[in-house]
Amino acid sequence: MLLEPKGGVLVQGITGREASRMVGDSLAYGSNIVAGVTPGKGGQRVHEIPVYDTVAAAVEKHYATISIISVPPPAVLDAALESLDAGVQLCLIMTERVPQMDTSKLLVAARRAGCTVIGPNSLGLIRPGIAKLGTIGGRVDNVKRSFKPGRVAVLSRSGGMTSEIASYLTSRGVGQSIAIGVGGDAIVGSNFTELIELLEDDPGTDAVVIYGEPGGAAEEQLAARLKQKPSRLRIVAFLSGSFVDDLEGVRFGHAGVIVEGGRGSVRGKVKALREAGVFVAATFEDILQGLKRET
Amino acid sequence: MRLLEHQSKKLLSNFGLVFTDSTPVESMDEVRATVERVGLPVVLKAQTPFGGRGNIGAVRFAETVDQAVTAAEVLLGMDVRGTTVELISIEPKLNYEREFYVGITWDTAAKLPVALLSLAGGVDVESAKSDQVARQSFDPWTGLAPYKAREMAATVGLTGNILVGVGEVLTKLSGAFLACDGVTMEINPLVTTKDKILIGLDARVEVEDEAVYRQKERLEPLGELTMTAAGRPPTPLELEAQRIDVRDHRGVAGRVVEFDGDLALLIGGGGASLTVFDAIKAHGGNPANYCEVGGNPTEEKVAAITSLLLSKPGVKGMAVIMNVVNNTRADVIAHGVLMGVKAVGKKPAETISLFRVPGNWEAEAREIMEAAGVEVHGREVSLDAAARLAVERNRAHAA
Repeated sequence: MLLEPKGGVLVQGITGREASRMVGDSLAYGSNIVAGVTPGKGGQRVHEIPVYDTVAAAVEKHYATISIISVPPPAVLDAALESLDAGVQLCLIMTERVPQMDTSKLLVAARRAGCTVIGPNSLGLIRPGIAKLGTIGGRVDNVKRSFKPGRVAVLSRSGGMTSEIASYLTSRGVGQSIAIGVGGDAIVGSNFTELIELLEDDPGTDAVVIYGEPGGAAEEQLAARLKQKPSRLRIVAFLSGSFVDDLEGVRFGHAGVIVEGGRGSVRGKVKALREAGVFVAATFEDILQGLKRET
Repeated sequence: MRLLEHQSKKLLSNFGLVFTDSTPVESMDEVRATVERVGLPVVLKAQTPFGGRGNIGAVRFAETVDQAVTAAEVLLGMDVRGTTVELISIEPKLNYEREFYVGITWDTAAKLPVALLSLAGGVDVESAKSDQVARQSFDPWTGLAPYKAREMAATVGLTGNILVGVGEVLTKLSGAFLACDGVTMEINPLVTTKDKILIGLDARVEVEDEAVYRQKERLEPLGELTMTAAGRPPTPLELEAQRIDVRDHRGVAGRVVEFDGDLALLIGGGGASLTVFDAIKAHGGNPANYCEVGGNPTEEKVAAITSLLLSKPGVKGMAVIMNVVNNTRADVIAHGVLMGVKAVGKKPAETISLFRVPGNWEAEAREIMEAAGVEVHGREVSLDAAARLAVERNRAHAA
């Protein structure tokens, strides 16, 4: 599902400034956006896409299996429950600053409904040359410059670094099978472990580049999973923010970036990943070296 | 948002949890009367939003009124991690038999809240032996079931009234956590008196910043709240950066953390900021600040933050480095930077060591910056290489 973003896409909050621009850019890249929802604005059109008051009304007229949520933080939980009710199978939450309690609640509901969630605080995902969901890459000329089809997946906790890494790979002749901004929060719907599990079965992917940051436990979790069950995929990690290790208790931008008592430290993450056989790039430019390395 | 101890206790009391009665005192004039009312012996504690107060002498005991006055004199005005103590609490010193740790926090791997109970109260729950600790994650829709809480108590070997009582405390605390958008809620230590009564001696509450908007009714009665999320109090520069960021909701140009160096950094988005900061240090540079720019901020916002960072004493120049931007417009950043440099009466060519913002609208940005005589790089120069160049250029500026 995640790897087939050709399914019909619904955009919740479509009349917002950022969402409306995202819809324009995505349509230009070939994404299959079929309907939008903004309560009270049913009947309007955004880039020719019809807007409905409710998700129920939208899915009555259109076949959609994917929902993109770009509504204000207090409305995210309700919007997600609404799309789960309509049977959406992939839900991308772009909104930043969603209270963790709401994220946790909506993930419980999504698990029950069998829906995969990307985000919150995700820029989206792209299968180069096929379609993109979310603002990833921005304007279509930039998307085409940054992303090229290939066999390396990029999974990143930072939206900006998703494009930076893909763009770097593209400029060195390495294309991507998929690139996903997993979301910058400490709790997100799908993290490295879950996504690598999916990519394991994707014949179009040979290797994965992950970008990690201080805070949270996503990297440690992946390391534990790889130790238990090695992956057929070549995995290269790049982690930044090691300076945060020395600033105990200082909170940085991404909501999840809190380091306390060594848990979530970059040092600890690097160690765990190396012990699990992952190539950890010391500098940004070592990423390529890691991909080329014979395993 | 971290609450002070006396605020944490007040908040949690609303959920039926019982604590020693903590009286906040902010001046020496109130000490004597408070001690006499509370009754000797007493405990005096500095009210700071940091843990580990016992180890740095910020918690003191007094058997007499004079001892209490002496202790209060030491505590009021004491420096704790760069913050001056302006408030202390005075409470009765309790004799107790056993102590426990109870806490609720987030298990980011399970994506659920998790309740913790440790027989080793007072010390870090992490360092307790595994058979002395019980943990149980729970559904945020339904909360921690009372029977699950009792199972936790049984797991660590509690029996009788204590098992029932600790179970109740865990259930109530988890209820408070869910109702108040907790990040961390701890009672440490939770003690039993010789009458087998369970009472909390200390409490620590952090409420999620992103949810403060819906917790106003609960937080307002607690009095003035410390805006420090963690670490140390914000510097004037950081406060001004926060003001610039919230004045205009469009995009982010803030999250500034001040450092001692001579190279100002206008960097973004979040991940690239971390990457560039690491790289600047790795190449021997001295950053004057950390910051995050992203989400398509307005020209005015970028200009204001640029001026602010350049006005810091000792700053020789500024590097503008961002990842390949997706929705931020590079030309808007370029315009904003130039406006900000000019506002502080400096020349762009001599101040901006380099500009590397590839992506959305980069051709337009290049034109703007090159017209002002600034060195521009595209995506062919990696974040790491851009950081190295910035350090070299700033050294040349400083010389």
